[in-house]
Amino acid sequence: MYRETIIDFEQGCKCLEAGVSELKRILEEETSETRIDPKQYLELYTTIYNMCIQKHPHDHSQRLYNKYHDIVEHYAKKTVLPCVQQKHDEYLLRELSRRWDHYKVFVNWLSHFFNYLERFFIPQRNYPSLLEVAMKSFRDRVYLEVQVNAKDVVIALIDKEREGAQIDRELVKNVLNVFVQSGMGTIEKYKEDFEMFLLEDTESYYARKASRWIQECSCPEYMIKSEESLRKEKERVIHYLHSSTECKLVEIVEKELLVSVAKHLLEKEHSGCSALLRDDKVDDLSRMYRLYHPIPKGLEPVADAFRIHVAREGNALIKQAQDAAANGSLVEAQVLVGKIIDLHEKYMVYVLDCFKNHTFFHKALKEAFKVFCNKKVGGSSSAELLANFCDSLLKKSGKSDEAIEATVDNVVKLLDYISDNDLFAEFYRKKLARRLLFDHHKVNKEHETIMITKIKRQQGGQYTSKMEGMVTDMQLAKEFQKGFKGSLTAKPGGIDLAVTVLNTGFWPSYKTSTDLNLPREMVECVEAFKSYYGTKTNQRKLRWLYSHGTCHVIGSFDPKPIELVLSTYQAVVLCLFNNTERLTYQEIIEQLNLSHEDLVRVLLSLSCAKYRILNKEPASKSISTTDVFEFNSKFTSTMRRIKVSIPPPPIDERKKVVEDVDQDRRYAIDACIVRIMKSRKVLPHQQLVSQCVEQLSRMFKPDIKMIKKRIEDLITRDYLERDAKNHHIFNYVA
Amino acid sequence: MRRSAASSKKKSDSITSSTTDLFRSASSKATTKEMDRIDHLFNQYANTSSNLIDPEGIEELCSNLEVPHTDIRILMLAWKMKSEKQGYFTQEEWRRGLKALRADTLNKLKKALPELEKEVRRQTNFADFYAYAFRYCLTEEKQKSIDIETICQLLEIVMGSTFRPQVDYFVEYLKIQNDYKVINMDQWMGFYRFCNEISFPEMTEYNPELAWPLVLDNFVEWIREKQA
Repeated sequence: MYRETIIDFEQGCKCLEAGVSELKRILEEETSETRIDPKQYLELYTTIYNMCIQKHPHDHSQRLYNKYHDIVEHYAKKTVLPCVQQKHDEYLLRELSRRWDHYKVFVNWLSHFFNYLERFFIPQRNYPSLLEVAMKSFRDRVYLEVQVNAKDVVIALIDKEREGAQIDRELVKNVLNVFVQSGMGTIEKYKEDFEMFLLEDTESYYARKASRWIQECSCPEYMIKSEESLRKEKERVIHYLHSSTECKLVEIVEKELLVSVAKHLLEKEHSGCSALLRDDKVDDLSRMYRLYHPIPKGLEPVADAFRIHVAREGNALIKQAQDAAANGSLVEAQVLVGKIIDLHEKYMVYVLDCFKNHTFFHKALKEAFKVFCNKKVGGSSSAELLANFCDSLLKKSGKSDEAIEATVDNVVKLLDYISDNDLFAEFYRKKLARRLLFDHHKVNKEHETIMITKIKRQQGGQYTSKMEGMVTDMQLAKEFQKGFKGSLTAKPGGIDLAVTVLNTGFWPSYKTSTDLNLPREMVECVEAFKSYYGTKTNQRKLRWLYSHGTCHVIGSFDPKPIELVLSTYQAVVLCLFNNTERLTYQEIIEQLNLSHEDLVRVLLSLSCAKYRILNKEPASKSISTTDVFEFNSKFTSTMRRIKVSIPPPPIDERKKVVEDVDQDRRYAIDACIVRIMKSRKVLPHQQLVSQCVEQLSRMFKPDIKMIKKRIEDLITRDYLERDAKNHHIFNYVA
Repeated sequence: MRRSAASSKKKSDSITSSTTDLFRSASSKATTKEMDRIDHLFNQYANTSSNLIDPEGIEELCSNLEVPHTDIRILMLAWKMKSEKQGYFTQEEWRRGLKALRADTLNKLKKALPELEKEVRRQTNFADFYAYAFRYCLTEEKQKSIDIETICQLLEIVMGSTFRPQVDYFVEYLKIQNDYKVINMDQWMGFYRFCNEISFPEMTEYNPELAWPLVLDNFVEWIREKQA
């Protein structure tokens, strides 16, 4: 529509001011009907619109923009600020909140009126938007004046809420919004003017709480309170704090409540970590984990406390066993190892359950066990005890495969904790040999294989190669035996012969007894097997171990014949009596060529023990070289077959094993040193030693002195030399 | 005192060339005469059938020199001679040694001993001498170590005067310990380094984690236990 009148600026302003006053009045009344009269609205809008589109020099856009600025400034300074400044405490907040809401409405309406400026003039000139101008005015005129007081009141309210009071959360939220908005697009004002102070206040608040609670509460109680506090603080953030505050707030609470008192808390006398573990307080332990898990390095003291507790329990077990041994009772490997396994299972449950399978706790458990699993009990090393345990386990019949597997799994875990692995291998091998050779009817091949396979998986193939070889040998021997039997047309010497051939490399070393004078029938057996073996193999030498053989002999006693199950030595002695009724000790030893110790043992078992197969003159309880022996034709028993046991020779097996392993270790260290020096050519002493220790750690923990000795030995043997200039460096001698 | 013409001398720089020539020709004559006297001295002590000075001869030599035959100076003489076999001096070795000492008579030899001792005790030479002493005691073909008893005697001779306390303690230790029946060259040299590098009896610098021979580690441990 074409207008004729130009709106003069002053004229327009008058109209504008009237509208603004109307707005202010409406806001002040705070009726629900905060609506402006549509006619007035239209008039204002049109006036401004026209003033902007008028042709130059009547184009008042710039002046209108300035006018807008003046309006909001005036409103902020003259209306909002005084109202707020009059009030205190919570009333201050209420007023601020109210005035803030009003201001927003006011500005919103104005933006409608000045819409034309917003859409065209402002973008053209790249000026700050109307909203920006308004916010800036609010910030400069109101916010800066009242923010300190407001902040103090808010924080006081928060502390009140922490103590349990109810506060007006919406109010606080709205007030904090002011802080946020005053940042003009950044969060800086909120952080500097409010958050910083809140965090300070929180810190001192929880520091006070922590020092009180730690005195008054038990560990579980304290943890519950801490958990609750954390939960509440997080809730606080959701309800009225800015989301960015959460992590800082949580960090401070954690620090004051959990980190600074960690040691005190965990080590509490009757309720700390140790006590909780002892009393199986699963919930409390889980809570402990939950609380400390999010804190960086928070779990370390907990894992430490766990490790110390487990080590203490383990040490107590060991001490108990050691005391018992010192008092003279036998060390029961089954019992002790069984207890250790139980201990391990018990605490593994904690690791998996309460501590959520966390690596720290696996590690703590492992370290704790390593501490006490390497202690000696009654002269036996843990390696020996474990080997004995395995021996008993495998001799027991009637166990299911699953039961064996479960126990074997535990055994293998314990093996991991023992540092002298090679010692275990040696003891195990000795026991395995005895089981395979003497108790072969009791041996459960599946179980033996399960054990060896599981050990192999953890320790590697080389570790178990000899054991596997032994088991395979037994299998091969059986098959070979079939072939041997099949090849015979008649029984050599009229005897059923079964031979087990052992591969020397796999089996422990035994003394041979080829000097023994066998009876003719047995010699035929030996020859028959020898020739068969010669046809089937190429250039192999057999060494006969009569000391390990078994014989079934029929004793033709007057009352009735009885089958006797004997060792070969015993059988050989008895066979002499086939030719004569009486023999002196001297005659026996000359004819047979047995050693004195062996013969004494045999004669004892036949003449002085449970079964009197031979009569002895004089009838004393020991054997002397002047004794005379006679076949006891009157001997009888209710059974048809009896086993006449013979006690094994009293060699100190443990000592021998330790010596053998020591010898092997010397070779291993030598090989390791040479290997290292060959590749490095030049190496300082300390590095050589540490590398050596590292490379051998899988098998055993080498003694530093032994390594030094081996180095010296290798120098003497011209494998290494000391460097001429620096005496602590070695050179490889090619 | 003028030395043999074979080695270059600074003193002769101050003399004119013609005079040097005169000296040289005079000295070569003197040299031959000197060698004769040295040989003559050799024959006085040598065993005529083997043409070596044997242990008897050495004993006689020592009494003539008025030096006990277990004295370090005889060992030093052997070192100077680069003698190879303990208890015997070959003619070549004899010549070598006495020529180097410029001693062609018994008297001169006697007088040369203190100077020889000074020379050997110089730091640069002593390590070499010390190692030589060990090798000198190896009598068998493939022998690499020396028994404890001989070592103790050797230590007494070679180091007794300079490192009295260390030697006393070490000898005592060697006699009571059971780990070692013999000592090898490496351990022998180790002891020398020990005396030179480690204060005694504090031994604060000693670190068993370094490459000191094990026997010394045990020795130090034994002393510490005694001191405690």
